[in-house]
Amino acid sequence: MGLVSRGTAAAGLGPARAAVRPRPPDAVPNLISTPPPEGAAPGSSRVPSMVLKAFFPTCCASADSGLLVGRWVPEQSSAVVLAVVHFPFIPIQVKELLAQVQQASRVGVAVLGTWCHRRQEPEESLGHFLEGLGAIFSHEPWLQLCRERGSKFWSCKATHRQVPTCPATSGEDQVMLVFYDQRKVLLSQLHPPAALPDRQAGDATASAVGLAAVFDTVARSEALFRSDWFDEGPVRLSHWQSEGVEASILVELAKWAAGPICLLLTCLLSLVSAASACRMFKLWPLSFVWSKLSTCEQLRHRLEQLTLVFSTQKAKNPTQLMRKANMLVSVLLDVALGLVLLSWLHRKDRIGQLADALIPVADHVAEELQHLLQWLMGAPAGLKMNRALDQVLGRFFLYHIHLWIGYIHLMSPFIECILWHVGLSACLGLTVALSILSDIIALLTFHIYCFYVYGARLYCLKIYGLSSLWRLFRGKKWNVLRQRVDSCSYDLDQLFIGTLLFTILVFLLPTTALYYLVFTLLRLLVVTVQGLIHLLVDLVNSLPLYSLGLRLCRPYRLAAGVKFRVLEHEAGSPLRLLMQINPLSYSRVVHTYRLPSCGCHPKHSWGSLCRKLFFGELIYPWRQRGDKQD
Amino acid sequence: MEDEQSFSDICGGRLALQRRYYSPSCREFCLSCPRISLRSLTAVTCTVWLAAYGLFTLCENSMVLSAAIFITLLGLLGYLHFVKIDQETLLIIDSLGIQMTSSYASGKESTTFIEMGKVKDVVINEAIYMQKVIYYLCILLKDPVEPHGVSQVVPLFQSAKPRLDCLIEVYKSCQEILAHQKAPSTSL
Repeated sequence: MGLVSRGTAAAGLGPARAAVRPRPPDAVPNLISTPPPEGAAPGSSRVPSMVLKAFFPTCCASADSGLLVGRWVPEQSSAVVLAVVHFPFIPIQVKELLAQVQQASRVGVAVLGTWCHRRQEPEESLGHFLEGLGAIFSHEPWLQLCRERGSKFWSCKATHRQVPTCPATSGEDQVMLVFYDQRKVLLSQLHPPAALPDRQAGDATASAVGLAAVFDTVARSEALFRSDWFDEGPVRLSHWQSEGVEASILVELAKWAAGPICLLLTCLLSLVSAASACRMFKLWPLSFVWSKLSTCEQLRHRLEQLTLVFSTQKAKNPTQLMRKANMLVSVLLDVALGLVLLSWLHRKDRIGQLADALIPVADHVAEELQHLLQWLMGAPAGLKMNRALDQVLGRFFLYHIHLWIGYIHLMSPFIECILWHVGLSACLGLTVALSILSDIIALLTFHIYCFYVYGARLYCLKIYGLSSLWRLFRGKKWNVLRQRVDSCSYDLDQLFIGTLLFTILVFLLPTTALYYLVFTLLRLLVVTVQGLIHLLVDLVNSLPLYSLGLRLCRPYRLAAGVKFRVLEHEAGSPLRLLMQINPLSYSRVVHTYRLPSCGCHPKHSWGSLCRKLFFGELIYPWRQRGDKQD
Repeated sequence: MEDEQSFSDICGGRLALQRRYYSPSCREFCLSCPRISLRSLTAVTCTVWLAAYGLFTLCENSMVLSAAIFITLLGLLGYLHFVKIDQETLLIIDSLGIQMTSSYASGKESTTFIEMGKVKDVVINEAIYMQKVIYYLCILLKDPVEPHGVSQVVPLFQSAKPRLDCLIEVYKSCQEILAHQKAPSTSL
C-alpha cells in the first residue's frame, strides 16, 4: 500500500524496541500526497500529529496474549479495543466472526493489533510470531501492546506500513493508553445523547463525535459480547462477559410475564376510559361540574399515565423507557402512600371524629363571618361608612350566610357516610385523596367565593363608572373606534348630571372598596391553601423517582460525561489514563426526566395580578385544561 | 516532573500552585486554596451560641440551646461539603480534552471534562469585580453553528482566584499543548 512514511510510536522500554521514524517536515504534503487506499472512504487516513489513543478495557488487562479486536476511529485517531482473541485460532474463522458481528451491529469491527502478556521470561518466538500476524490481518495503524508480568508499565507501538521514500524529520507519534470499564460504558447513557438513533447508516457516517463515539461503539457491539469461554465456538474471546454471560432470573421472568399482563391491563383500562367517555357524562351540568373538580382532572391524568405504561408497544428509545418506569414507580408510591393514609384514617375511628368535627367547624366559620359583617356594618377600623349602603350590603351577605348554615345542617346526617366513602378513594392514591381534600375545601368555602364575586362585581362597576365620569368631569371621552381618549364638548345638563353622579360614586367608594378588600383577602387565603395542596399533588405526580433511585444506586447508568485520572507514570513508557464515568447531578436528573404534570398552574405574573385586583376583575387562580385563554 | 510555587490570590491570601508534567502531551495544575481557619470557625460558633443563650434567658426553653448546637453542626457540615473548596485542578491532555476538578473540604470532588473538539482557545480575560479589575483564565468553546464564533466562556479557578502572575504560568503551558491542535487545522 503506497503510504508515505510517517512517524511511529516510540513506546518501548528500551531503545532497541523503539522504532522511531521521524515525521516529514510539513503536515500538508503528507495529507495531500497520501492517496486513499482503494479509493475508499476518508476513514483510513489519519489526522496528523494527533496523539493515538488506545481505549483498552480493564477486564482484558490480565488476559492471555492474542489479537486485539475493535474499531478504529480515524477522525479522533483512537482505537477502541473491544475484545482479545486468544490462541489458537484460525484466521479465516476470526474474519468470519468479525464479518458476522459487523453485519449484526453495523460497527466496523476489525483486528487492530496484537496483545502480548508475558508471564514467564521473554519469549522471543512469540514476539516474532505476533509481528508476523500483521501480515495476515492488515490494518492501518497496527497496534502492538505488551505487558510484562508484575510490571505496571506497558509498552505500546503503533506502526504504519510505510514506503521509505520521503526524508525524515523530527517529531514522533505517541500512544496514550486509556483504560475503561467495559460493563459500565456499555450500560451507561450519555446526556445529552450525542449519537443519533438512526442506525441505518453504516459505520463511516456514525455521527457520534468525540468520546460519544467510544460509548456508541461499545453499546452497539453487543453481538460480540454474547459468546463466553464456556461456548464451544471456534474462536475464544476475552471481554467483560467472557466469564459467563450476565442474566437475572427475575428480569427474564418479568419479561416473559409482562406481555400477557400488559394485554390484560390495557383491556381493563380501555374499558374504564370508554365508560368515562360515555355520553351521559357529557350533559351540561355534569360536564361543568367535572371540569371544575380537580379530582376528575387528577384521575384523568392517572388514567392516561397508566395507559401509557401498560401499552403493548415497546419503548422506542431509552428516554421513553425511563419515562414509563418513572410513571410506574410514581403510581406505585402514590398508591402505597394512599394505603398508609387509609389505614391511619380507619384506625381509632378517625373518620367518625372528622365527621363530628366538620359541622362545628363550618358553623364556627359562618359565625366568624357574621361577626366580621357586623364589624363592617359598624365603624370598621374607625372609618365612617355610608350608613344606607352599608346596611344593604351587610344584610344581603348575612342572609347568604343564614342560607348556608341551613344547607350545612341539612347535610349533616349524611356527612359521615360521604366521608367514609370518600376516604376509600384514598386507595387510588395519595394524590387523589389530596385532590378530594382540595375540592372539599372549595365546596365548604363556596359562600366566601360568592361574596368575593359580588364584592368584585360591585367594585368593578363602580371603578368603571368613576373612570368614565372622571373623563366627563375633565371634558374628555373614550373613543371606542380609535381606542384612545378624545376631548368632547358636553352640554351643560350632561355635565351637571355627570358631576353629580361622580360625586355620589366617589363618596360611596370607601364602603364598597372595604367590602371588596375584606372578601378578596378571604378568597386569596382560601386560594393559597388550595394552591399549596395542588403543589404537593404536582410534586408527587412529576418527581422522577425511578431516575433518582437509579442515580443513587447505579450512578454509572446516567452519565453527564467522563473524567480521567492519570495512573502511575514513568518516563519513557506511554501515558496511562483511567476513564471513569461522571454521573449526572441530581438537579439535572430531575430536570431531564421530570414527568409532565396536570398543567393547573397559575398563569398570572405578580404585575398582572395586582392590576386585576385594583380594577376589580375576577381572578381565576388556575386554568383547567381546555379553557380558552383570555 | 513536579514542582511547586507559591502565589497569592486577589485578596492577598496565599495559594500554592503545583505543576505536574506527565508527558509532552499531558499536564496538570493544582491550586490549593487557604484552609478554613480556626479563628473564624471559633468566632462564628461563639456568636451563634451567645445568641442562642440570650434567647434561652428570654424564653427559658432549653430546646433553643439544643437547636443551636444542631444548627451549628449542620451548618459546618454543609459548609465543608458544599461551599469550601480546598483545591482546584486543571488537567490538560492533548487531543483528548481539558478537565477541571474542584475538591471540597469534606472530600467531595466535582469534575467537568471538555473535549478538545469543542475547545477553541484558552485566554486570560479582564473582569470588573465589585470595585476591582481582576484577571481570570477561561476556556472559549466553539460554536457549532458559526465556525468563528464563541458559544460559551468557561471560567477556571473561580474559587481560588489567583493573580495574573500565576495565570500567566498556566496560560503559557496550556498554549504549548493547544499549539499542537491548531497547527494542522490552520495548515488545512
